[in-house]
Amino acid sequence: MDPKLKKTKNSSSNSANSPDSTHSSFPFPDEVLERVLSFLHSHKDRSSVSLVCKDWYNAERWTRTKLFIGNCYSVSPEIVARRFPRIKSVTLKGKPRFSDFNLVPQHWGADVHSWLVVFAKVYPFLEELRLKRMTLNDESLKFLATSFPGFKALSLLSCEGFSTDGLKAIATHCKNLTELDIQENGMDDLGGGWLSCFSENCSSLEVLNFASLNSEVSFDALEKLVRRCKSLRILKVNKSITLDQLQQLLVLAPQLIELGTGSFQQELTPLQYEGLGIAFSNCKNLQTLSGFWEDTSLHLPVLYAACPSLTFLNLSYATLRSGELAKIVAHSPNIRRLWVLDTVGDKGLEAVGSSCPFLEELRVFPADPFEQDLHHGVTEAGFLAVSHGCRKLHYVLYFCRQMTNAAVATIVQNCPDFTHFRLCIMNPGERDYLTNEPMDEAFGAVVKTCTNLQRLALSGLLTDLTFEYIGKYAKNLEALSVAFAGSSDGGMQCVLQGCPKLRKLEIRDCPFGNAALLSGIEKYETMRSLWMSACNVTMSACKLLAKEMPRLNVEVMRDEGSDESQADKVYIYRTVAGPRRDAPPFVVTL
Amino acid sequence: MENTFLGCGGGISGGISTVLREENNMAMSSEESSSYPDEAELELGLGLSLGGGGAKSKSKPPLPAVAAAGPWGQYARILTAKDFHSVVSTKESSSSSSSSSVTKTNNNPSCGVKRTAEPSSPPGRSGSSQVVGWPPIRTYRIQSLVNHAKSPMTEEITSALDKCKSNNTIVDKTNIGSNLNRNVAKEKGLLKKPSLFVKVNMDGIPIGRKVDLNAHRCYKTLSQTLDEMFKLSAAVGATRSNAEEQVVMTKPSRLMNVSSEFVLAYEDKEGDWMLVGDVPWEYVPSTSHYIFLTDSAPLWLVYVLAKSIKFIVFSSLF
Repeated sequence: MDPKLKKTKNSSSNSANSPDSTHSSFPFPDEVLERVLSFLHSHKDRSSVSLVCKDWYNAERWTRTKLFIGNCYSVSPEIVARRFPRIKSVTLKGKPRFSDFNLVPQHWGADVHSWLVVFAKVYPFLEELRLKRMTLNDESLKFLATSFPGFKALSLLSCEGFSTDGLKAIATHCKNLTELDIQENGMDDLGGGWLSCFSENCSSLEVLNFASLNSEVSFDALEKLVRRCKSLRILKVNKSITLDQLQQLLVLAPQLIELGTGSFQQELTPLQYEGLGIAFSNCKNLQTLSGFWEDTSLHLPVLYAACPSLTFLNLSYATLRSGELAKIVAHSPNIRRLWVLDTVGDKGLEAVGSSCPFLEELRVFPADPFEQDLHHGVTEAGFLAVSHGCRKLHYVLYFCRQMTNAAVATIVQNCPDFTHFRLCIMNPGERDYLTNEPMDEAFGAVVKTCTNLQRLALSGLLTDLTFEYIGKYAKNLEALSVAFAGSSDGGMQCVLQGCPKLRKLEIRDCPFGNAALLSGIEKYETMRSLWMSACNVTMSACKLLAKEMPRLNVEVMRDEGSDESQADKVYIYRTVAGPRRDAPPFVVTL
Repeated sequence: MENTFLGCGGGISGGISTVLREENNMAMSSEESSSYPDEAELELGLGLSLGGGGAKSKSKPPLPAVAAAGPWGQYARILTAKDFHSVVSTKESSSSSSSSSVTKTNNNPSCGVKRTAEPSSPPGRSGSSQVVGWPPIRTYRIQSLVNHAKSPMTEEITSALDKCKSNNTIVDKTNIGSNLNRNVAKEKGLLKKPSLFVKVNMDGIPIGRKVDLNAHRCYKTLSQTLDEMFKLSAAVGATRSNAEEQVVMTKPSRLMNVSSEFVLAYEDKEGDWMLVGDVPWEYVPSTSHYIFLTDSAPLWLVYVLAKSIKFIVFSSLF
């Protein structure tokens, strides 16, 4: 619990010779309690506070300004509006995570518009909107831009349905915009003209991220924007910005904390090269570097001056080789987070292990995810090397083509503090390539050793033993992602019965059936959601579950041409809003 | 033509056992309408292509796909120029888009790669055996990789992407099985990387050869190999990028007979005949049909079936 809260509670008891704490009404006016609670920011803390008693519930709801909704269908806009009168910032997440990988059909839902309509009525002073996996169209963006005069921050991650025309509306109408963060969305890029829609008076931008848009923007407009926005701290440009343009921007904004480069490929004259190096070295506050589209090895040395202060280096779009990475990390001893492509190979990761002792997070993405050739990418050796050198590692996302149980066991011995362990052996059902055994012992070692594990993603050939281990040891596990694993219902049952903190469970292509599904019947209300696709679940079990648990939405999507009784895709989530009213025809709510 | 086949360099090696598997798959995979078996079936062994159906069975396949009628009959089927014409004209009449007949291949304006899988295309049709949504990488990142290096995986990725987008209700259980099969194959120490062995038959010769398309990185080496096998000389249209730049003709790779030239053409999924020089080599193993033909005497026609890639070489086209 928040220590501040504890302290104030105690001090209030002392100072007032307070009545005993079992007294239901608090001896202080609501205003005091509200003042105290206004220091609470974490939504989890606030949820706890709201459960204490009715007074606290009320005080909390009046003081909450930030809304976090992890599943947009778990609650309705009307319910939210009734409970929280003073919201300034909203974070909404929509589709199940597997929609990122095309497992959820188009037009599934998670449209933000109905939320915006309610917000416009109830929260006219809304300032921030952060959406993840939501659907929104240009009309919604225009509505957003024109309905909230004080709107400041828009962040869209993995959303879809809109285009750069919507961004035009935002740029045009939001006079006080401080943040525009557009990341990896399924959007239509109709051109870069939106950037020119920022008015000449707009000087409040602090965050501008358009790295994932490809169209050319007017450099003139961008340059002027950067020039007048003195508070700009995060700037991530797209590929259309050349190196010498980048240099000009850096000269204008040496205060940047996060920079996303544009195209790194331009041929530079020695003078330009020098100028760029100087520009980078003048950015004394730079902590994050990203971008690096295309083959960038040519000009990497210009970065070296900025590297010592870096804490996050995102090279996951740069096809660097081991030598190039080695040079960069040699200059970046303070790196905490590193994202790379597997083109760097095991050798590159060895260099990371020896150069980055403070590394906490490593993500290695595959450059050729559909290539079968084993000679590409990274292996267990690279992961081992990093674990030897980077003992503080606690977050890993690792795509590889081969792994051994022994390697993983050693890795977690070296780094027992893993909170997020996401290992993706890219061939489904791949065995330990040395012993030919399943990968059960690897994940067993992870859950046994890493007691703080919150998030786990499995891969490789796995039997029920893995799930027994998880159920037995992973007591802090909150999110589990399973694919092509398990031997029987028992596996899933172990997890459902053994992991008390489990909130998100996503399963695909596993032999778990009705018994497994129904074994968790009591658990699903304590979780945010369960996704099961391509398993052995039937409609009858889903119907039973829906009947027994009215506060769950049990949604089934069937594949074309499959058996009537099969529930091909099942999405189950707790909700206080009842069955959703915007479900498309292919989603059946039971 | 020269009956120098038997004297060609390079032994015929490999076991026969895997050929059987391939044969069954060829029979299956020849049906255009059904979903294609995936790459598991492409682990073809190198083997003697013994013409079980008779060396000179001149059955006429109206469509390349249908050519794979019986399990063993394909080996020694020999197409004549007439067959080719009928193939082409059939394809032309049956395909909706403008297809190129052989005479037009060199200047067909529609030459190009049409790689987007139609929404209705069956799930297994893309080049590699894609499991929907696996490995779990966001679409945005995959597309960046595609644009990034104009990588050889472009076609497979985009077709996989399109397939995923349009067919995401279809779960490729077959692919899972095949992936596991591949792992089984790996465990047994068989091929680590799928080889795309293609049978090559030459007109007038009962015993065919095999060529591993995946062992070749470009048309040149393939033509050289075939050259050695069949004592041909070949000129292959230069590869050109997706950006559709100028086609540049390369010089003949080998010289047996100066006047003997051949070009590669193929029949794509839509039934159009396309000049294959437009397509970077990397697309070759994953595209549907191939025809390898010469435009002067002697004329070799190499005929390849999708997924169970089979070459049929014959001569005297025009």
